[in-house]
Amino acid sequence: MPIVLIVLFGYAITTEIRRAPIAVLDMDHSEISGKITACLDASDYFDLAYEVRNIGEAQQLFREGKIRMAVVIPDKYASASHPQGAIQLLADASDPNEATQLTAYATAIITQWAAANRLPRPQLDTDQTIALYGAPQGIRADVLLLYNPQMLGAYNFVPGVMGLILILICAMMTSVGIVREKETGTMEVLLVSPVKPIYIILAKVTPYLVISMVNIATILLLARFLLGVPIAGSLALLIFLSLLYTLVALCLGILISTIADSQQAAMLISSMALMLPVMLLSGMIFPIENMPDILQWVSNIVPAKWYISAVKDVMIKGLGFSAIQKELGILALMVLVLVAISVKRFKIRL
Amino acid sequence: MNNGIRIQQISKSYGSVQALEALSIDIAPGELFGLIGPDGAGKTTLFRILVTLLLADAGSATVCGLDVVRDYKALRQRIGYMPGRFSLYQDLTVEENLNFFATLFKTSLQENYALIRDIYERLEPFKHRKAGKLSGGMKQKLALCCALIHKPDVLFLDEPTTGVDPVSRVEFWDMLERLRNQGITILVSTPYMDEAARCNRIALMREGRCLSIDTPEHIRQAFSDVLIAVHGTPMYPLLLELRRYPGVHSCFSFGDAHHLTISQSQAQAQGTATFIEKLKIRLTEQGFSDISIKTIPPGIEDCFMALEEQPAGI
Repeated sequence: MPIVLIVLFGYAITTEIRRAPIAVLDMDHSEISGKITACLDASDYFDLAYEVRNIGEAQQLFREGKIRMAVVIPDKYASASHPQGAIQLLADASDPNEATQLTAYATAIITQWAAANRLPRPQLDTDQTIALYGAPQGIRADVLLLYNPQMLGAYNFVPGVMGLILILICAMMTSVGIVREKETGTMEVLLVSPVKPIYIILAKVTPYLVISMVNIATILLLARFLLGVPIAGSLALLIFLSLLYTLVALCLGILISTIADSQQAAMLISSMALMLPVMLLSGMIFPIENMPDILQWVSNIVPAKWYISAVKDVMIKGLGFSAIQKELGILALMVLVLVAISVKRFKIRL
Repeated sequence: MNNGIRIQQISKSYGSVQALEALSIDIAPGELFGLIGPDGAGKTTLFRILVTLLLADAGSATVCGLDVVRDYKALRQRIGYMPGRFSLYQDLTVEENLNFFATLFKTSLQENYALIRDIYERLEPFKHRKAGKLSGGMKQKLALCCALIHKPDVLFLDEPTTGVDPVSRVEFWDMLERLRNQGITILVSTPYMDEAARCNRIALMREGRCLSIDTPEHIRQAFSDVLIAVHGTPMYPLLLELRRYPGVHSCFSFGDAHHLTISQSQAQAQGTATFIEKLKIRLTEQGFSDISIKTIPPGIEDCFMALEEQPAGI
């Protein structure tokens, strides 16, 4: 499963930009503006689909969904007498991630081209027509991307998939494993034996802990060598972090097993109570900063949020222990609380 | 060795359903005690309370002198429990299951081999077969082995012969008798009345109450009415006809015959032989064929039916 997920997210469900259709409104008609246009078109990211004559046409194309970004080159942009004229980038920010990426790519391409031709650094104006969080028109954005200059999706989803897979395998499998014993009646015999409940729990948890460790290794190897995501920080810290998170997930699984009475119920609770929050509220797919306050608040109790953020810090940004102290602390606290609740709830009787 | 069972005023209800109602039973050490009753009589609930799996709402119970609530940890070492449902690991082999349970109780197959040798010898040819692929009788023998592996003082068997063929059932009871002879107290439940005769004492249970506790002999002797078996065709109209017939106290269908009781007063008034003669003439007139009527000694099931008829609480 981890291999399938990694490949699926890596290739099929890609959030990267490939040949996005754009429109150019060239009011300058100079040699330079032509070269800028050609340069954008030549890149892998953009496909010059339309050349429009005024801003209204561009907006019409946006509404029809035919283009995803428009580049506006103002009149006399290239003339020396108006050095402050700025190229305006308009992107459809109904998909904010994509809009950010599009403008970032375009900015990078134009800046590079200018540098290569020893021209003064062009001024760019990033604007997002359906502004969700975009800069209002007129403000000059100097976009500088840290850590993931190419905006590769893998940088975002590898920590996300790790967070998802670990919680799925550990919590779902543990809960289903324990509940299955209840269903087949073997739990009845186990409970009557003198074995302490803690040993039953440990015996159920250990195999899944091992499986998760193998999964972490698989994901990291795939991420590093197949998708080219670097592991910038300490590998030991990353593994320690993952172990802590795995413990949280295992405790969640035990907790679910004390609530559910059938395997189906355990599966349902696991997927509803774990998978959805992890997918939606951890920042894996949707940035938490964009959420309403209440959801941002709720996201704080999703362990995956802290794990994913810490993994990003260590793996992508290469930060050390001190940077993820807060996340480690919160995860450790979660383990303690969950262990306390599940041991209290684990029934020594039927 | 005090390995008796004492049940005092145990009550348990699930929501509005009263599973056990102020049940009290004393089981002597080394006794083979049977709980006889139909499904829903509360047998499994009683078992679960005694093996420390359930908490009673009221009342107390001790097994081997240990309280089932307070001393549950010590008690779990000394009892063997075989739940009504096959509760071993179906995907483990016979041998693996035995070793697993031996390990749970910190013992080994060799250590208590003497106790289970009789039973295990029959299983040995299949020891590499998965437990889930065994026949019903074999499964029960394996479960019994697993429950015995730690040499328990008291053995709890919840419906061990349900779903087992008649030959295996007889074999199974032979094994239980041998275990009893080794001093193990055995509490066994069964819905099959014919198995009751093999117990030292039985408790007839219905709807969480004990109808009667005694030896099978005494229970049969306590049956005061005259019992007559009537056979004839067609069977169902015959049952209805018999129930209408004057002097018949009760009539139940028992497989190939109807068992009817006539009250003591009736039997004395006209004599059983006369009653049978008159009944035979009447049934022939009604057009029933293959009629055979004879008095029979009461079985446990007849006693159970008779006790069931009585108003509650007696």
